[in-house]
Amino acid sequence: MASIPEELHYTETHEWVKSLGGGEYMMGLTDYAQDQMGEIVMVEFPALEEFAAGDVFGSLEAVKTAEDFYAPFDGKIVRVNETLEDEPALINEDAYGKGWLIVVSTDDSSGFDKLKTAAEYATFIGE
Amino acid sequence: MDKKTSLHDIHVALGGRMESFAGYIMPIKYSSVKEEHNAVRNNVGVFDLSHMGEFRVKGPDAGRFLDFILTNDSDVPPGKAFYSTMCYPDGGIVDDLIVYHIGTNEYLMVVNASNIEKDWAWVNSHTAGYSIELTNESDETALVAIQGPDAQKVAAKLTDADLDEIDYYAHVMGTFAGKIALIARTGYTGEDGFEIYIKSEDAPDVWAAVMEAGDEFGIKPVGLGARDTLRLEVGYVLYGSDIDHTTTPIEAKLGWVVKLKTDKDFIGREVMSRQKRDKPARYIVGLKVTGKGFPRHGAELYDGDRKVGIVTSGSLAPALGHGVCLAIVERGFHKSGTDLEAEVRGRRVPVSTVKLPFYKDGSRK
Repeated sequence: MASIPEELHYTETHEWVKSLGGGEYMMGLTDYAQDQMGEIVMVEFPALEEFAAGDVFGSLEAVKTAEDFYAPFDGKIVRVNETLEDEPALINEDAYGKGWLIVVSTDDSSGFDKLKTAAEYATFIGE
Repeated sequence: MDKKTSLHDIHVALGGRMESFAGYIMPIKYSSVKEEHNAVRNNVGVFDLSHMGEFRVKGPDAGRFLDFILTNDSDVPPGKAFYSTMCYPDGGIVDDLIVYHIGTNEYLMVVNASNIEKDWAWVNSHTAGYSIELTNESDETALVAIQGPDAQKVAAKLTDADLDEIDYYAHVMGTFAGKIALIARTGYTGEDGFEIYIKSEDAPDVWAAVMEAGDEFGIKPVGLGARDTLRLEVGYVLYGSDIDHTTTPIEAKLGWVVKLKTDKDFIGREVMSRQKRDKPARYIVGLKVTGKGFPRHGAELYDGDRKVGIVTSGSLAPALGHGVCLAIVERGFHKSGTDLEAEVRGRRVPVSTVKLPFYKDGSRK
């Protein structure tokens, strides 16, 4: 069973999103997705500073596969988890903690409100 | 509807991630690709390869038939095996396969799972004029591979056969874990190891015996994910990824399995003979990723603005810690030390052609 913390929101592309307050949100890859991908060996962060919902944010490389991760709503990049450049496996080890990917800000919280709840995400992945 | 091997329930019980592959539902990984890969490089791993296809060729013309449909020479003694390609008249590859010379006038062809139906139709379309009997034993045959530097220690606990007497690409008929088996020192990992061909219904017992015998050596079940990284690290081509009906053995640098030095006629001989003389327009090469990124199957290769090739397989090489690829490139860009760039999601990643294998420290005998 994949871990799906109750307090987070989720996307259909398997990112988790946490509200930090003040219009800032932290994002990462869900436990389910990191398990599907296997050992992540490289993280590429976006070159862009502003983005629109659905934009490719960056990419994750596992031993055998690569996956992009996507912007859940319009906004700006506040900071990225630079530790992952040296230790990408933190995503596998601690998907909801040390393996966070990015912090973004948005003026419009309606995009966040539309994301899936933990229960909805659990149904989405069939658990 | 995907077929299941007779080990399906065992894979599920071991927590294997089961995915559709070549018409079978197969374990992709159990723990992690890296861990399974390292187990085979450093100790020992066990694979279910029962999806592979087995065709038996028997009869007074068995050798002559194989000589015509295969590029390699069937002239090996009973008890030995050979690797070969099977080609179309234009030199394109139908499949690559291992052939075991079982006994006088009897051979076992082991073909890729994805090609079983195509190969079966192909071999059957060329039997006219040959006194042979062909049997497709794919469904009744299971294959359990034990691979890694400790493979012989594990196998020795389960058979009376003298494994020291079995050289690389040799085999014996014997009993293994109490079952009738073809015990072969072959593999697709670059490590020493055995491939054990048994009846499908015997596979669960054999698998359990191997896991138990291997316990003291830290044996791990290995899925198709690590099978792919293991073969790529030693530069073995994979049908459907690196080679197919559009590539010839000469382009794939498999000229050593094309019997042009004999006067035997075989399908594709004319094209291969010409390609060997004139040099093919392109070659399959190994690439070391020297920049940041992982070019995968389909990534285009550039020399400046000029497209000169395409990546056919790409992965992190777990034992080496950097990315490696097999790629097909224009002649002239195939020499070791040629620097190219692979396009990965709109970005250029530097790569350099290197001699194969990438990983040179395997325990293969």
